[in-house]
Amino acid sequence: MLLFLEQFLNGLQLGLLLFLLAAGLTLVFGIMDLVNLAHGSLYMLGAYFAATFTGVTGSFLGGVVLALAATLLTGMAIEVVAMRRLYGRDHLDHVLGTFGLILFFNELVRLIWGPAGMNLTLPPWLNTAVQILPGVHYSMYRLSIIIVALAVAALLYLVIMRTRVGMLIRAGASNREMIGALGINIKLLYTFVFGVGAALAGLAGLMQAAILTAQIGMGENILILAFVVIIIGGIGSIRGAFVASIFVGLIDTIGRAFLPDLLKAVLSPAAASTVAPALSSMLIYLIMAVVLVVRPAGLFPATGR
Amino acid sequence: MTGPLTPRNVAVAALVAFLILLPIYAHAVGNLFLLSLFTRIVILAMAAVSLNLIMGFGGMVSFGHAAYVGIGGYVVGILAHEGVPSGFVQWPLALLLSALFALGIGALSLRTRGVYFIMITLAFAQMIYYVAVALDRYGGDDGLTIYRRSQFAALLDLSNKTFFYYLCLAFLLATVYVVWRIVNSRFGLVIQGARSNDRRMHAIGFATFRYKLACFVVSGTICGLAGVLEANRTDFISPAMMHWTRSGDLIVMAVLGGMGSVFGPVLGAIALLVLEEALPFLIGAAGHVVTGRDLVAAREYWQLILGPMLLLIVLYARGGIDGLLASLRRA
Amino acid sequence: MPEPLLEIDGLTKRFGGVVASDSIVLAVPPGELHAIIGPNGAGKTTLIGQLAGEIVPDAGSIRFGGSDITAVATHRRSMLGLARSFQITSLFLDFTALDNVALAVQAHAGHSFRFWRDARSEKELREPARAALARAGLAARGNAIVASMSHGEHRQLEIAMALATRPRMLLLDEPMAGMGPEESARMVELLRELKREVTILLVEHDMEAVFALADRITVLVYGRVIASGEPEAIRANADVRQAYLGEQEAVSEP
Repeated sequence: MLLFLEQFLNGLQLGLLLFLLAAGLTLVFGIMDLVNLAHGSLYMLGAYFAATFTGVTGSFLGGVVLALAATLLTGMAIEVVAMRRLYGRDHLDHVLGTFGLILFFNELVRLIWGPAGMNLTLPPWLNTAVQILPGVHYSMYRLSIIIVALAVAALLYLVIMRTRVGMLIRAGASNREMIGALGINIKLLYTFVFGVGAALAGLAGLMQAAILTAQIGMGENILILAFVVIIIGGIGSIRGAFVASIFVGLIDTIGRAFLPDLLKAVLSPAAASTVAPALSSMLIYLIMAVVLVVRPAGLFPATGR
Repeated sequence: MTGPLTPRNVAVAALVAFLILLPIYAHAVGNLFLLSLFTRIVILAMAAVSLNLIMGFGGMVSFGHAAYVGIGGYVVGILAHEGVPSGFVQWPLALLLSALFALGIGALSLRTRGVYFIMITLAFAQMIYYVAVALDRYGGDDGLTIYRRSQFAALLDLSNKTFFYYLCLAFLLATVYVVWRIVNSRFGLVIQGARSNDRRMHAIGFATFRYKLACFVVSGTICGLAGVLEANRTDFISPAMMHWTRSGDLIVMAVLGGMGSVFGPVLGAIALLVLEEALPFLIGAAGHVVTGRDLVAAREYWQLILGPMLLLIVLYARGGIDGLLASLRRA
Repeated sequence: MPEPLLEIDGLTKRFGGVVASDSIVLAVPPGELHAIIGPNGAGKTTLIGQLAGEIVPDAGSIRFGGSDITAVATHRRSMLGLARSFQITSLFLDFTALDNVALAVQAHAGHSFRFWRDARSEKELREPARAALARAGLAARGNAIVASMSHGEHRQLEIAMALATRPRMLLLDEPMAGMGPEESARMVELLRELKREVTILLVEHDMEAVFALADRITVLVYGRVIASGEPEAIRANADVRQAYLGEQEAVSEP
């Protein structure tokens, strides 16, 4: 039971990280109609920036803030230099162009930081266990990830639902031409949205870095999971992204943890140990396949357009 | 001019002639690395041409076609490992499995279109990648060595590098020819029509799904064959064969070479892999000239140039090399 | 009235709060040219969409040639002999006009799981395609790339494609939209000829054309049929005048 609680929390944590990533992706796609494969690169940069800045400043929080700022700026720079020219084009062009950016950033990181990964060391006050229930301990850091991510999600919700900027974003998601007609500075809005998406990705990356270390190519693996989240949740829908990422995070984590034992109850130990890892890896994709069969537009497709 | 002797056709013919004569040249100058390199190019070109059938002509951008290459290779590798080195068993089974996977994945993915389709094919390919990684028995992440290439009694000796090259080249040319015939057939026109205007196709009476699915299966199967050849070429299989970046490579080859023609991806494969070999050397040489020092490190970062170059091609030279050659006619 | 070719009964479609089709009842006997008119937003295109199978009605039924096609897929309706042209032209832009029409012929010439023979050399596809192009007035434009053709030619091509499927009935959605006077006159002549061979349901704004061609007219306002009958009766109908023809549209007596 304790194990289940721990895995549940881990799943929640993974889900929330996925949400941060998926939110940025779905925002950019919903508003600028841009498929950004290089989103994972921003995730990676966030991790590397954090590792570097915490090392340089000696302060964890200081490093994190600097890293977020750096990722935000990098995102905006990418938008101005490269992304702008892709708006309005075929999605294949987006895929190809941003694929090129992935290659570029992976090499750039290798050039600047070297091929070996980087560690992000936690300060003592995070690197401890906390008692969440009588007799039950959980990693303070993982708990703080959950709290921070939930806070960001809430903030995102408030901004999108309660502010003028958020209204523009929602309007843009359902009717792009209209915001142009309203006289809003589209270019600025787009740069801003892209930058925010980048910062969200960077935040997810740096949070994950303390657990898994910063590595070249780390963005791509989780990016695909983020795509699965968006497919299940529905493109353009933040709410869908939230529900789907929690769902995916939980299923993936709990599945990996308990599937081997479940299978052992049904199959022979030898068969179970061969099948279990493969099936655990496949689980999320199988669910995605089921969703596709039942609801091809996802669970909460954004209306309009 | 509209005759057959356009600059583009001449270039293509010259290239084919070059490919045919390559082993002779390689042996003559004693550079067997060239033979190795071009065997790899020919096999990848075959996969790229096959991908372009659904991508360039069908408008179905699959970001997961390396999965079928991997499946083909894995069937060969697994059977070889389990003591079944006979090509007569391996090859048909590899093609069958590639076809079945393409059928399953295609049937699900083709329920969507556009960017959804791209993401979904990517996701499914990644799923297959993870399954391969989980196969401890067959090397998992490290991969598996193949100790005997596919055996065909005394008929074909795949371990003879020159013979193997010509076998792969024959398959490539056959693939180009078959794809060319398909593209211009009734079936091909349905596929192209569906890409051009699927709504119109339904309005005139075509249920396009079954045709797109059939095309997807054909494409996946040919990639499976490429995988079979690749496994024999490297005597090795590993999940890396089906990593999504390999799928990206195939897409890059098709776009770089020209998605609008059957032969385009061959140009792209040659260009990309020759660049991969030549660019580091060129960068190193240029660095040496500029700074007088031997910038060995600089050569390794050639992807730093490839990335932006890809973006530039997408933005400004969309028709690829083939498009550039074709425009020479009009100049 | 002889057995109707097309029978619409109680057809209803809502989009959120908007009722696009409100219990539409309509019957078109074979050989008739039936026009549908109405102000913008009347739901004419929604009606065509439901007849063509692209929009699923919320209630009601559609019968064609005696069978219920309410739930039948779009491509099947084409195979049953119901052809449509699009209000906003929907063609294969990067192909030639001949290729476009030949594809329509191909759809009705057996299955297309043929992988080898060059389809562009198949006489049984190209000949009927040329004939349909000629019928629509595009005989000389077969080899033109559609993207380079004029708007009027696009509309002619839409007709050619519909004809190539050898339909029993044509659903024409504003075929004369955006055409100049000469082009419209040519289109009217074409439709007058086609009237004898094919049953036609014509949605149009061009009143001259409508009154010149229609055997019967149905008037649609906010998704409801407010009048249906012979042209003279419609012209004289007070409700129609008020709702649609209005004061500025002085339609001259023929």
